[in-house]
Amino acid sequence: MKPLLDVRDLSKAFGSQQIFSGVSLSVPRGQIFTILGPSGAGKSVFLKCVAGVLMADGGEIRFDGRVLGRDRTALADFRRRCSFLFQSNALFDSLTALENVALPLEQTTHSSRRETRVRAMEALGQLDIGGFADRYPAQLSGGMQKRLALARAIVTRPEMVFFDEPTAGLDPLRRNKVFAMIARYQHRIGFTAMIVTHDVPEALVTSDHVALLENGRLCFSGTPVEFSASADPLVTAFRDSADALGRALREIRVSDP
Amino acid sequence: MIGALGQEVVWGVSRLGDFSRFVAASLLGAFRTRRLMRRWGRAIYEQGVLCLPVVVIVGLFTGLVLGLQGYHVLSRFGSEGLLGSLVSLSLVREMAPVLAALMLVGQAGSALAAELGTQRNSEQIVALQTMGIDTHGFLVTPRLLAALVVFPLQTALFALIGLVGGSLSGSWLLGLDSGVYWSAVERSLEPGDMRECFSKAAAFGVLTMAICAYQGYHADRCRTATGAQAVSRSTTLAVVYSSVVVLAVDYAITSFFV
Repeated sequence: MKPLLDVRDLSKAFGSQQIFSGVSLSVPRGQIFTILGPSGAGKSVFLKCVAGVLMADGGEIRFDGRVLGRDRTALADFRRRCSFLFQSNALFDSLTALENVALPLEQTTHSSRRETRVRAMEALGQLDIGGFADRYPAQLSGGMQKRLALARAIVTRPEMVFFDEPTAGLDPLRRNKVFAMIARYQHRIGFTAMIVTHDVPEALVTSDHVALLENGRLCFSGTPVEFSASADPLVTAFRDSADALGRALREIRVSDP
Repeated sequence: MIGALGQEVVWGVSRLGDFSRFVAASLLGAFRTRRLMRRWGRAIYEQGVLCLPVVVIVGLFTGLVLGLQGYHVLSRFGSEGLLGSLVSLSLVREMAPVLAALMLVGQAGSALAAELGTQRNSEQIVALQTMGIDTHGFLVTPRLLAALVVFPLQTALFALIGLVGGSLSGSWLLGLDSGVYWSAVERSLEPGDMRECFSKAAAFGVLTMAICAYQGYHADRCRTATGAQAVSRSTTLAVVYSSVVVLAVDYAITSFFV
């Protein structure tokens, strides 16, 4: 099956600092693809390069068979068919929840004012925040803001949604809820998802495919089952970091009673 | 040292080129953005309605001071009757466009730079790009188009209030006949003066709002600070550059009209 997104030998550097290099991966249509990695591994920069927010220094990105590069038509088509959910949500604080969600429809489609409103309300309803349409983002809780950002991301019915650390700064309960929400709407709407996160347990449960980015290199790519079973030292170090912490604490207690 | 100076010059020239591209993209944005009128209306409200008090107050005091100073200077030569000419020509040809522009830069321009800088910081501008929205057309074009309308209107209001202020200090406080004052105003002003006044106001409006928008839009390019500090620096630079540009362009336009 032809992948929806195909990345070949992508590399990016800021000045003399190489962020990542030689990263290749394929994302099949309709799947949840998660990129794991520790903080500072270059995951977010990678996602932004793939999503066209940043320009990669080298490599090739194909979306639905079309090469994305300096071809403006291909990039415009890609942006029309994809959405990006930012770590900070990037909501417009001077617009209400409804206006935030209606914005992409208003600016990028020819839908009438009434149709725009209906679709925006529908998206808010899907995320269970239809009752807060007239509130400003600052008047919503963190979880609601996340849902509002997701409503804005799905309102244009994209084929692919990029999630940049969707659970950053959330407590474990909310983290689970966000992942469940992504999985639920991905199943309901059918978009392809690419998630960047360092929450291993949640990612393994919700994803169809996981990859590990470490020190700017892709050191694992496979199913969650393969990830859990992998004996690769980098994978085990990342996967078993909680156990390692427990061991280190036990050693401290033994040596310093 | 020469190398560092050269680097600064190259950086300055490249910024100038980048600014020109920014303005061109913003003007072209008028054809690429949808529902422009609503955002244009909001920009007119921000630059027009919200800045009315400062324009009225500064216009009034400028007129009062001009009337006071002008009366005492002219009375030395027994020409108090020319007070209306002095106040009207000073206001219409120079002071109203320049001072109104500086006031608008101080209020609307700084607010614009800070707003765009904050939007850049919180990834709102990048979010617009990922949605396929023309960021220049959406964020900057309405402000430039509003400036084209609001700056001349605010300048006219400034001049009008200034003339009233001149009349208040000349006639009401110092005893000059108000008929003499207003007839001198009427005799002195010619269509050319109005053209000069409104040409300056429109030019100042587009240039200063473009500078403020550019500084805010590219707050992330600040070389000496990041985050909130970068927004603060960009806002300061926006006001400083705009003020200098107002005075420099004023000189250029005046030499063209004189």
